[in-house]
Amino acid sequence: MAGKKLLLENDHIEGIRSLRVYRQHGGYQSLEKALKQMTPEQIVEEVKTSGLRGRGGAGFPTGMKWSFLAKPEGVARYLVCNADESEPGTFKDRYLMQRIPHLLIEGMIASSFALGARTSYIYIRGEYFYVARILEQAIAEAYEAGLLGKNILNSGFDHDCYVQVGAGAYICGEETALLESLEGKRGNPRIKPPFPAVAGLYGCPTVVNNVETIAAVVPIIRDGGAAYASIGVGKSTGTKLISASGHLNKPGVYEIELGVPVEEFIYSDEYCGGIRNGKKLKAVVAGGSSVPILPADLILKTANGEPRLMSYESLADGGFATGTMLGSGGFIAMDEDTSIVKNLWNFSRFYHHESCGQCSPCREGTGWMEKILHKILDGNGTLADVDLLWDIQSKIEGKTICPLGDAAAWPVASAIRHFRKEFEEYVKNGKNIRDVKHYYRLNNLVEV
Amino acid sequence: MAKVTIDGITIEVPDGTTILNAARMIGGDIVPPTMCYHSKLKTSGGYCRTCLVKVSKGSEKDPRPMPKPVASCRTTVMDGMEVQNLLSPEVLEARAGVVEFLLANHPLDCPVCDQAGECDLQNLAYENGKMGTRYEFQKREFEKIDIGDKIQLHMTRCILCYRCVKTADQVTDGRVHGVLNRGDVSEISTYIQNAIDNDFSGNMIDVCPVGALTDKTFRFKSRVWYTKPVDAHRDCPKCSGKVRLWYKGEEVLRVTGRKDQYGEVQDWICNDCRFEKKKTSDWVIEGPAHIQRDSVISANHYESLKALKATIDRQRKSLPHGHKTTLGHGALDPNNTH
Ligand SMILES: Cc1cc2nc3c(=O)[nH]c(=O)nc-3n(C[C@H](O)[C@H](O)[C@H](O)COP(=O)(O)O)c2cc1C
Ligand code: SF4
Ligand code: SF4
Ligand code: FES
Repeated sequence: MAGKKLLLENDHIEGIRSLRVYRQHGGYQSLEKALKQMTPEQIVEEVKTSGLRGRGGAGFPTGMKWSFLAKPEGVARYLVCNADESEPGTFKDRYLMQRIPHLLIEGMIASSFALGARTSYIYIRGEYFYVARILEQAIAEAYEAGLLGKNILNSGFDHDCYVQVGAGAYICGEETALLESLEGKRGNPRIKPPFPAVAGLYGCPTVVNNVETIAAVVPIIRDGGAAYASIGVGKSTGTKLISASGHLNKPGVYEIELGVPVEEFIYSDEYCGGIRNGKKLKAVVAGGSSVPILPADLILKTANGEPRLMSYESLADGGFATGTMLGSGGFIAMDEDTSIVKNLWNFSRFYHHESCGQCSPCREGTGWMEKILHKILDGNGTLADVDLLWDIQSKIEGKTICPLGDAAAWPVASAIRHFRKEFEEYVKNGKNIRDVKHYYRLNNLVEV
Repeated sequence: MAKVTIDGITIEVPDGTTILNAARMIGGDIVPPTMCYHSKLKTSGGYCRTCLVKVSKGSEKDPRPMPKPVASCRTTVMDGMEVQNLLSPEVLEARAGVVEFLLANHPLDCPVCDQAGECDLQNLAYENGKMGTRYEFQKREFEKIDIGDKIQLHMTRCILCYRCVKTADQVTDGRVHGVLNRGDVSEISTYIQNAIDNDFSGNMIDVCPVGALTDKTFRFKSRVWYTKPVDAHRDCPKCSGKVRLWYKGEEVLRVTGRKDQYGEVQDWICNDCRFEKKKTSDWVIEGPAHIQRDSVISANHYESLKALKATIDRQRKSLPHGHKTTLGHGALDPNNTH
């Protein structure tokens, strides 16, 4: 049975990108309902009931975030949509914005009404400039139809929505760096507190939400929070977009009901259709490059032997010792020929390149780890280097201003935790590992 | 008021006080070291992470410990909070890690650096670092840049504490100074090299905890420990006029602001006082300055070597096992100061 779709339901319909077709298929009815039949408080209540959790990575309950928003008299409030999507392995927001831009715009207006925000911004990464054009066109259509601007749908609610293109820095996806960048400053994360809910954009109370989070508000208003909460398992309610990549037969963006078994997600024809070329699965990074990598056996089953599900709780089962995180839903599958060490070097290179450089552990540690990994890959590493890597990541994790430090540390820690033997092999024999695939098969290094 | 306990010592402080400032009110060994915080600069702190401490109890209302170490300079106390600094092996280990990160790309060119002897990084490494280095790769290097005719920026030594940026922002007018690039190739820059030209730019030299911003008029004139600090003042139309003169013999080699026991400038001074007034007759002399932290300097002139030796012995003993450093070691050895 195909899972229920709430966001990509009409994805296949020709022309759904245009306002006309979007409205023909029920578009902007949630907004109309919100403006005409609901109070802002009621919308916040529905979002709370829905159990919706932030889809940007941290999974913080959206209703709770909204209710924290400070509401001092006479001070503007803002809604900012985080469309920076730069986490390696994550490309779901782009898909959504590109295919059904009005779903996001509708969510922006309805959410802004709920939050009392007169103005909202969509901050989108520079590399998505063509998506920014699509959004801008959708916004223009919405203005023309009276869905944006003054007195929207005769409700008395005024709202303006703007698209701001970033310059292409991963760190500007961190919400406070995003706000700095939006203000036209250098994209350095702010030191918290104060949190954006109290002092965000231009010092005003601000909610920052991911694209998918804001889009999910549309079906929540349409069907009610309870209906949304009835989908999924436990505290993982509703549907989630997963960007599946790597050695899969059918990589792509899938909308799943939270709680689908990982095994089904990888192997069933409804989703990824198994591993490419009949190979065996070696490892999975389940939620974007930052989350701990897990070997095949641990991603398919928890340490207790329970089937692992695509949900916040199940993926985290076992803590970092044997579990991982749902993160942003960037699901990267690696087959038996993949070199974990090489992949880790690639990730580490990314974090080194993207560190903003404000705080010393991340600024100095990310580059150091990359260099050591490069040395190990070149066959010049020692066992002491592997221990040093472990020590460096432990001195970054939890000691930095923003979570990019953790994001740089976790992949290193998990790769060593689960694939130490492979690091040792590189230390012993790295000079001979030219063609990784060939070498791995010859030496039977794969434990699947 | 909030009651906070740091390493077992309890003090009551006004609401909104940071853990660091509460610790400074208690004073003594339990005060976390700092590199980027500066009491006279708003929004300073949070960057270097040397002042990390562990909050073992959040507050009376919510006694849960904080899950991660926090920067004491940017975390405010809550009533009933319990904090561990020296008493937490984790904190000491994390701090040793920070020292190692700060030194990883540092050139360690103390023998030719004007800051040596009054360098916060030397002090930090001596007190909190570990012996030896594990970083074996090429260190990053930058070209030296002259920021105007009086100040030199030696970016290779910079620890990106952002103090000079905040100074440029808050003390001088017409800010032209900031950070370019990102990550470990970030650099302090003026964008257009010679653009810094205003009455208070010299204060950036004083706030720089390392030898990245130095006074060109003092360059290579003397090791600081051969100079005598003397407090003096004058009626200055532009600034407080409260300065410290650094003498070698009868000659004033340089003029700086007065720093407190934490190495933080007490009053900003103008460039006239700093660069133009280098005669004793320009000043009303108050008397010898007591330099607390940079014992190298004090030892040379104002304290008996015996007393100094006792201090160093005491400090060495109080250091956690294995905490020693390669930096500044020779300089602090009383036998070496002649
Ligand atoms: C380094 C870094 C990069 C991030 N990048 C993104 C991103 O591209 N998109 C996003 O939605 N959230 C990103 N986040 C998370 C945001 O800080 C923030 O938690 C999120 O936008 C909140 O929205 P949500 O509650 O709807 O998930 C990033 C966080 C960090 C630390
Ligand atoms: S953790 Fe890294 S990215 Fe985040 S503030 Fe510190 S240096 Fe910048
Ligand atoms: S130049 Fe000095 S004051 Fe400025 S950031 Fe670097 S170390 Fe700090
Ligand atoms: S002094 Fe607190 S982080 Fe630098």
